[in-house]
Amino acid sequence: MNEISNKWIGKNTIRPDGADKVTGRAQYSSDTTMPGMIWGHVLRSPHPHAKILSINTKKAEELEGVKAVITSKDVVDFPIDTPVILGIQDMRWMCRNVMARDKVLFHGHPLAAVAATTEEIAEKACELIEVEYDVLPWAIEIDDAIKPDAPILHDHIQFEGKSSNIAGTLEHKKGDIDKGFSEADVIIEREFKTEAVHQGYLETHSCLVSVAADGRATIWSSSQGQFMVRAMTSYLTGIPQSNIRAIPAEIGGGFGGKTIVYLEPLATILSQKTGRPVKIVMNREDTMRASGPTSGSKSKIKIGATKDGKIVAAQGTYYLQAGAFPGSPIRGAVGCSLAPYDIPNAHTFGYDVVSNRCKVAAYRAPGAPIGAYGVESVLDEIAEKLNMCPLELRKINAAKEGTQAVHGPTYPQMGYLETVEAAINHPHYKAPLGKHQGRGVASGFWFNAGGESSAQLNITEDGNVVVTTGHPDIGGSRASIANITAELLGIHHDKVSVLIGDTATIGYSNLTGGSRVLFASAMVVTESAKLVIKQLKQRAAKIWGIDEEAIEWENGEARPAGDNAGKFAPLTLAELAEKATATGGPIGAGYQVNTEGAEGGFATHICDVEVDMDLGIVRVKRYTSIQDVGKAIHPDYVEGQLHGGCVQGIGWALSEEYIYNKDGHLDNTGFLDYRMPVCSDLPMLDTVLIEIPNPKHPQGVRGVGEVPLVPPLAAISNAVYQAIGKRSYSLPMSPPKVLKIIEGN
Amino acid sequence: MAKIQVSTRINNENIDYLCEPHDTMLDILRNQLNLTGSKESCGSGDCGSCSVILDGELICSCLMLAAEAEGSNIETIEGMSEGGKLHALQQKFLEKAALQCGICTPGFLMASKALLDHNPSPTETEVRYWLAGNLCRCTGYDKIVKAVLEVADEMKESA
Amino acid sequence: MSDTQYLAAKTIDEAVNAHEKANGTARFLAGGTDLLVQIKSGIRKPNLVIDIKKIVELNSINEISDGEFEVGASVSGANLNRNLKFAKLWPGVLEAFRLIGSEQIQGRASLGGNLCNGSPAGDSVPALIAAGCKAVIAGPKGKKDVPIENFHLGPGKTVLENGEMLVSLKFPKREANSADAYLRMTPRTEMDIAVVGCGVNISLENNVCTHARVSLGAVAPTPLLIKEASDIMVGSKLDDDILNKVSKMCMDACNPINDKRGTIDYRTKVAGVLFKRATKLATDRIGGNK
Repeated sequence: MNEISNKWIGKNTIRPDGADKVTGRAQYSSDTTMPGMIWGHVLRSPHPHAKILSINTKKAEELEGVKAVITSKDVVDFPIDTPVILGIQDMRWMCRNVMARDKVLFHGHPLAAVAATTEEIAEKACELIEVEYDVLPWAIEIDDAIKPDAPILHDHIQFEGKSSNIAGTLEHKKGDIDKGFSEADVIIEREFKTEAVHQGYLETHSCLVSVAADGRATIWSSSQGQFMVRAMTSYLTGIPQSNIRAIPAEIGGGFGGKTIVYLEPLATILSQKTGRPVKIVMNREDTMRASGPTSGSKSKIKIGATKDGKIVAAQGTYYLQAGAFPGSPIRGAVGCSLAPYDIPNAHTFGYDVVSNRCKVAAYRAPGAPIGAYGVESVLDEIAEKLNMCPLELRKINAAKEGTQAVHGPTYPQMGYLETVEAAINHPHYKAPLGKHQGRGVASGFWFNAGGESSAQLNITEDGNVVVTTGHPDIGGSRASIANITAELLGIHHDKVSVLIGDTATIGYSNLTGGSRVLFASAMVVTESAKLVIKQLKQRAAKIWGIDEEAIEWENGEARPAGDNAGKFAPLTLAELAEKATATGGPIGAGYQVNTEGAEGGFATHICDVEVDMDLGIVRVKRYTSIQDVGKAIHPDYVEGQLHGGCVQGIGWALSEEYIYNKDGHLDNTGFLDYRMPVCSDLPMLDTVLIEIPNPKHPQGVRGVGEVPLVPPLAAISNAVYQAIGKRSYSLPMSPPKVLKIIEGN
Repeated sequence: MAKIQVSTRINNENIDYLCEPHDTMLDILRNQLNLTGSKESCGSGDCGSCSVILDGELICSCLMLAAEAEGSNIETIEGMSEGGKLHALQQKFLEKAALQCGICTPGFLMASKALLDHNPSPTETEVRYWLAGNLCRCTGYDKIVKAVLEVADEMKESA
Repeated sequence: MSDTQYLAAKTIDEAVNAHEKANGTARFLAGGTDLLVQIKSGIRKPNLVIDIKKIVELNSINEISDGEFEVGASVSGANLNRNLKFAKLWPGVLEAFRLIGSEQIQGRASLGGNLCNGSPAGDSVPALIAAGCKAVIAGPKGKKDVPIENFHLGPGKTVLENGEMLVSLKFPKREANSADAYLRMTPRTEMDIAVVGCGVNISLENNVCTHARVSLGAVAPTPLLIKEASDIMVGSKLDDDILNKVSKMCMDACNPINDKRGTIDYRTKVAGVLFKRATKLATDRIGGNK
């Protein structure tokens, strides 16, 4: 890692997108309009599972104001038995998820879309579309989907030789699991259940698409990847990528949920057909029932340890809901759950289960919170059985540099142990507890990620800097990139402007997700800055008539070095910019690469709860998140990630869940009954940023966004156990459930 | 069907508009008056993203008919800063990182302004309960609450 | 809602006449915090929405005589909250009303709307029943008063007939040494619908209960007045034995449903707990502790 002066890295600068956001001027996709724009609306299935016998759109088409009606006939069809892989998605599922083909597979599944002069007419037209269904039996819960006579969603999916709703499996093995358990003095085996939860981004899905007369499409949408939007829309419409320009609007939260398309292909086709720009805005109800939550799950965890607290064997089996199409995050559950520990013998196994629910989408460390919930709960029980402090147990078994993880890699420098030690030494851990209060701890891991990234760094004629990258800014990445750029060029932060380019103005950049954006974009910005500095030195060399090698770049200016030191007055960035035309032209450089070297992140959380023993209500009284964040480029926004993740975890643990009624309909599609934590539910949140730099990154960046959601489920569950003396094995720990546990029925 | 003509005052400007009987105030603000700072995140009064101040009272503009605005005075996020100078709350939200994605921010700012207008020195608990009608999924509310309390403190000092 | 008409009525007569003429297809609009949600979701499709907020009587808070209040049906929570005398006399009613939704909702929502919405879970209703409040109704045949406990007929159904409009809520004259309290159970601290709500209104003289009314919400198709509770509580010192008895009575009176917000078993238990806590709170208030 380079020595860095830290003039800007680590400073809490004002975010570049801030002023627009506090004045209401920031443009999110539904804020965008175009001349001649019309509105789209999507018809959705009232059934959880049914054959579509016929769709008659005639009456809708005849309604005054209606400009076009589309169905699955208008979307590119990929045969259901042949994979069409794009990243981690499969377009044969995607084409059926955006528009049902032959069968509807969940309540809310789109099956037609209308474009009309007003949103209301489009909505009314949808009501006029006549659909004949043959309603089929459905399966919502995992147990119903995997029982022998379960209704099958996709006949071609085979498991153990016959049609099944088990769409895939994944396992990790290390050592000899049987031998491991035979060495254990204490073995705990438990079953756990969690419900599907939604990312809960406040901005619903929306887009505006204009397909011009020459067939070129422009898409404004809020997503976690404009290149993802371009690619998926291209696949599903047949328009070549070069003819699609996807412009990333500001994004009103995603947390993984905006890593696939829902509306963009439909609006594109409607715009193609009508010759008008088409805007579609999903309402909250449709966002909840038809855009990806993360999986509900059931799992079985068995862990064995010796008397002195050494874990000798661990086994985990996970069933995760995928929704209507394969692709649940079993990798996160199977791969992350044991990652904080050095365990000689382990076996984790995951099943990907389809059922008549909306297709899951990524949600902050997808799968990992589910994995950690069971493992960290069982560890709590083992610690108690061994009469050992639960943090001490984690310390004894902590993975370190050189440990081979159960999921494969051997760890380089990493900071898990430091998070445990910081937790042990934190005043929170020693603070006294009140009546009916309990304290829980838990740890968590996320892989983090690299991947494709592009940047362009241009010097303006007046000596300022414009940096363009290709990843939507979801958590403050522009602020961090500005810090890094100012640091690298040795200039004031105010001189740097950071923008997110669209698919036509910046090179391919993989989507925002996996805690990869700052890791990857900092790398390409660093390389771009190196190239720009080289150019600046060349210009100074030309002006002074000396060798480029005899110049150094320091503090934002070119200085003669070595034998020439002191011979010429330094040239600032502004001076070199002013002379750019005379010395060779514009100064700027770009860099694009598939970034490598992402390293995992670890966290340990401490949580205090208080339980109302008569009503079963659990309130979080104190919360401390401790995380190895790598180098914190912008500490305030790093903290913000820890805060946000922990509160999503509090919601998941206590109050959020997808509730289906007897008709297979989602019964809580609004924020009234999908209970995300509100301000008055929470205390102030404490954070400890442990900065163990990633040795494979120029600034030491690790990625911080996902890990904060991994430990809370177990930390809160363990705290509730300490408060009431009995343990819950399912989430959410809603008041009726907790009261039942207290009363022991 | 005849549209309804409404004369109102928005951000200290006289505004006339025509609306359908069923249009909400938020529909008109966003789709007709181009005041898109107020957001629709739920449409049911559960998230506060569309918060505006109507005749001094904090409300959800998604739960008000545009026709009801006749003769009233409405403040939206677009009117919060004056002459290019940010309101103390706007400035503090920037300095204290009290926003991430920013979609809830206009609603939080309007709600926080209404709070300080009614109660210039709220306790942390009062801030939390007052802001309970504004959902934020990014920040865990921590930095928002701190920002509002700091502005209240500074207003006291300068008063 | 595209076929709906809007009328901003200026007088009670205008509102009542328009409602009568619409023959069951009109809805009164007070704060709109329930009605607009219902219209958007298609639960209600009125042909005519009659805005009653511009009618003076419906938007005023009157102290008829010292300690005797009449509150207009469309007075908002934020508005009522500013009336310090009302807050002192009816802390339970006010806290119940103030629990409805957020501050944003409070800027619009009204007692009248909460009552006329007809939900068994409306927060203000048990508090109004406990208070012994009456609904003042105007209609084609003139005005009449209905005790709140008789106002609801079932979920979404009230005694209001075509052309009838709730004008105000009349509170009984407040005696000395009296206080009320309302508590509800919700999973979150705010922004939820009551899983159970309980309103208690009591008077004490030398620690002996001289008047008591107990009401429960969200445990039956309509909010309940627990009549037998009054009989046992009056004349007692509200000791643990009495409170346990009434608590059991509350639980026995419950006839709730299982739904996404709570189970029968849970709601029944909570009703008993909330009664005790609300009574304690009201007693403390009389003692000047809260």
